[in-house]
Amino acid sequence: MMGSDNNQSFQDEKEEMESLTLDDPLTATANSNYMSFADYRSAASSLSSAHHHNHPFSPADSDPLLSPPPPPYSATESGSYIEPPAYADVVFSPFDESSVNEINGVDRNHSLNRSSSSDSSQSFSISRSLSTASNSSSDFMKITVSNPQKEQDTATSLVPGSNTYVTYLITTRTNLPDFDRPEYSVRRRFRDVVTLSDRLAESYRGFCIPPRPDKNVVESQVMQKQEFVEQRRVELEKYLRRLVAHPVIKKSDELKVFLSVQGKLPLATSTDVASRMLDGAVNLPKQLFGESVAVAPSEVVQPAKGGRDLLRIFKELKQSVANDWGGVKPAVVEEDKEFLENKERIQDLEQQLSNASQQAEGLVKAQQDMGETMGELGLAFIKLTKFENEEAVFNSQRVRAADMKNVATAAVKASRFYRELNAQTVKHLDTLHEYLGLMLSVHGAFSDRSSALLTVQTLLSELSSLHSRAEKLEAASSKIFGGDKSRIRKIDELKETIRATEDAKSVAIREYERIKENNRSELERLDKERHADFLNMLKGFVLNQVGYAEKIANVWAKVTEETSVYVKESS
Amino acid sequence: MEQQQQLQRSSSGSPSPRSQSSQPYLSVSVTEPVKLGNGVQAYISYRVITKTNLPEYQGHEKIVIRRYSDFVWLRDRLFHKFKGVFIPPLPEKSAVEKFRFSAEFIETRRQGLDIFVNRIASHQELQSTEDLRNFLQADEETMERLRSQETGIFKTKPADLMQFFKDAQSKVSDIVLGKEKPVEESNLEYEKLKHYIFELENHLAEVQNHAYRLVKRHRELGQSLSDFSKAVKLLGACEGDALGKAFSELGTKSEALSVKLQKEAHLLLMNFEEPLKDYVRAVQSIKATIAERANVFRHQCELAETMKLKEINLDKLMLTRSYKMGEAEHEYKEAMENEEATRGFETIVRLMNEEIVRFQEQKTLDMGIAFHEFAKGQARLANSIADAWRSLLPKLEACSTQ
Repeated sequence: MMGSDNNQSFQDEKEEMESLTLDDPLTATANSNYMSFADYRSAASSLSSAHHHNHPFSPADSDPLLSPPPPPYSATESGSYIEPPAYADVVFSPFDESSVNEINGVDRNHSLNRSSSSDSSQSFSISRSLSTASNSSSDFMKITVSNPQKEQDTATSLVPGSNTYVTYLITTRTNLPDFDRPEYSVRRRFRDVVTLSDRLAESYRGFCIPPRPDKNVVESQVMQKQEFVEQRRVELEKYLRRLVAHPVIKKSDELKVFLSVQGKLPLATSTDVASRMLDGAVNLPKQLFGESVAVAPSEVVQPAKGGRDLLRIFKELKQSVANDWGGVKPAVVEEDKEFLENKERIQDLEQQLSNASQQAEGLVKAQQDMGETMGELGLAFIKLTKFENEEAVFNSQRVRAADMKNVATAAVKASRFYRELNAQTVKHLDTLHEYLGLMLSVHGAFSDRSSALLTVQTLLSELSSLHSRAEKLEAASSKIFGGDKSRIRKIDELKETIRATEDAKSVAIREYERIKENNRSELERLDKERHADFLNMLKGFVLNQVGYAEKIANVWAKVTEETSVYVKESS
Repeated sequence: MEQQQQLQRSSSGSPSPRSQSSQPYLSVSVTEPVKLGNGVQAYISYRVITKTNLPEYQGHEKIVIRRYSDFVWLRDRLFHKFKGVFIPPLPEKSAVEKFRFSAEFIETRRQGLDIFVNRIASHQELQSTEDLRNFLQADEETMERLRSQETGIFKTKPADLMQFFKDAQSKVSDIVLGKEKPVEESNLEYEKLKHYIFELENHLAEVQNHAYRLVKRHRELGQSLSDFSKAVKLLGACEGDALGKAFSELGTKSEALSVKLQKEAHLLLMNFEEPLKDYVRAVQSIKATIAERANVFRHQCELAETMKLKEINLDKLMLTRSYKMGEAEHEYKEAMENEEATRGFETIVRLMNEEIVRFQEQKTLDMGIAFHEFAKGQARLANSIADAWRSLLPKLEACSTQ
């Protein structure tokens, strides 16, 4: 699968770039996979000019530390670049003092804080796109959501100013062959995103489809507030990036249409529940009083819930009740032990993820506070130093002021390091949070499966009841000598229905099996990607801690040295 | 100076009598805090061990049991006897914390008391006073008697009471007569010193507050690492495989670091925050001395006034050869004697000038050590953190190549 293979390849690439730019004699193990953002960029440009051909992708099972890495990309596309994963700019060769300034410069430019979750989404989706980069190693698709604007729906608004909504500019840059052009820009509103999401849910049953941002039931005034719009923009970007990171969904037509077709979104909007119910209510009398209308096979591939076939909804509801309370087990039951185990595992995982995400937040806060208080202590010492120097009568005061200044400077430096450390920590540990959000998509995949199973079960019990009706009729008609014309006609009709229902059943079973397979492959993919991403998260987190701890230690070692005079004196 | 420092430093250990038999020494340890009594009446007793070769003391080693109020008695006596000297400060009374008697509170108090006694023992002016000898040697009954003698009596001697009323009287008459300004010295250098001391207290209090918060932050970070470690271990158990192992290792390291942080927090409290608190107390003690000096100065001025009046009166009486002359002469002599006593004001000024030099030097040394311990602790902590996480890296590498 795509997961760790591409992690390795990307790491190979980075290692090579690192060997080009850093004259670091230190062990490869510690810093093989990470280098500063600045180094990366300069390496990227030097490499693209150096290499003009694609090397075949190195085999996944080779040790990335030993085998010679292939060059990262071909020079075919002029405007291409791959964004480095966020953890790459974490730094540094932790042991290299000379890269300190570079890092400090870089980190300040990044101006990270918790609220700019686009960075963290970047980190997540980039690492995800890492896991899902295709074999040719030059495939990419980058989405940006920007430029929110107020627009007015002139067609339906009678009063000018009413019915305004916000549209976002969605820019796609890609080199995938499915797309005619390398770049697209379209305007979409949130309603369009809901449509896209609904269409995808229908087309990709059983898949772990990334959850879309929430609809907000708030007043229109809030909807147009700057903060809300910005938050939504960020969420939309995250969502779309996740979509294109999904190996199957990124190829979907619906997504392609959404991203590339100018003007109004040509996807059929999902009708609201009310009108569906209305339609269904119109058909219901026909269904109940007319001949039993079998469920059309084409409809069977969609869940009953939310559809227009009220009768079908009722039947499946009855079936699910029978499943829960009936004494007889339904004909087809979730037997896949592996699936049940997985389901339990996923539930457990979700709980632990939630807990870990919470504690990670606590850790970040504690680091933040430490840095702040250390800084405040430093500043207070600086004030005291100034005071002593101004008022000094004795030399001992000046000496003390000098000592204090050293401590103050160190404290302020350490404080800055703590804050930088924390900015990075946030990015890393955010991976936990991201995957927690993804759990929703797993729920969706599982519920697709349940509803497909329910459809199958319903059809099966329907068949069995149809059969028994037919049997009864036949038994009754056989008693009448010469046959019962009306009954025979009924039997024939029933047999037609049975045949149609059999067809529907086959389709439903096929659909169910398909969804089961999707579930299985998606879980496998999810597990692999999650493992790879979490491992990278851990590495990034640990490296970050090491790097900054060393810097802080150095700062204090200096002061320890400067004040060692006092310890010798008193012993 | 060196000897003083030596005596000052040897708070917990003490030189054996034989090695220092030629050099006079006096070293004291305040040890073994023990909680005695119940409920509201509970208190802590300390073992005070004195080792000395000074002839005024009974023998080489003496052990007595003392409680906080005994230390307070000693401090108060010294404060009133040795005006002008900066009496070493005592750790806070803290009526509230006393009831909780946390291990930390007991330890910081013990340390504070130990430093207090040793500073007295190594102070040129204070070390040879009888009060110190009593404190270090008297049995508990005697100590209690001495203590009760002071409370009530010492604080409000009859002479003091009279003086208090006289002061009030003269203040009122001054105001009535239009002489509202209280009598104060007009010494520019001294003014600067007073201003310095008052400002210094503010700055130090701020620094000490941040130090206190920094200790808290260490504890909080330790706690959050501990919680994080538990969560991560559970997550690892759920994930299993190489990743599960990686999480489990991460959790183990986090837990270890959490322990280190708690340790460091304690050391930070004892070796950095406490010395800063001590500094603040010392400045407050100086403020008390400044107030006392102002009192003495006022006294002296008033006595000088009284002297003048009596002199005039005596001369008058001598001229008229009044029978009251004898009485007046007697009064005059009394006033002269009082004036002698108050020549102590000049002593105060002299002492304070010496004390301030000593104070500044001592504080530079004390702070130097505190800074050193602080920096050492922070470096040690940061290195532990780096080492712990670094040791994880090869394991993480191994996990990803699986």
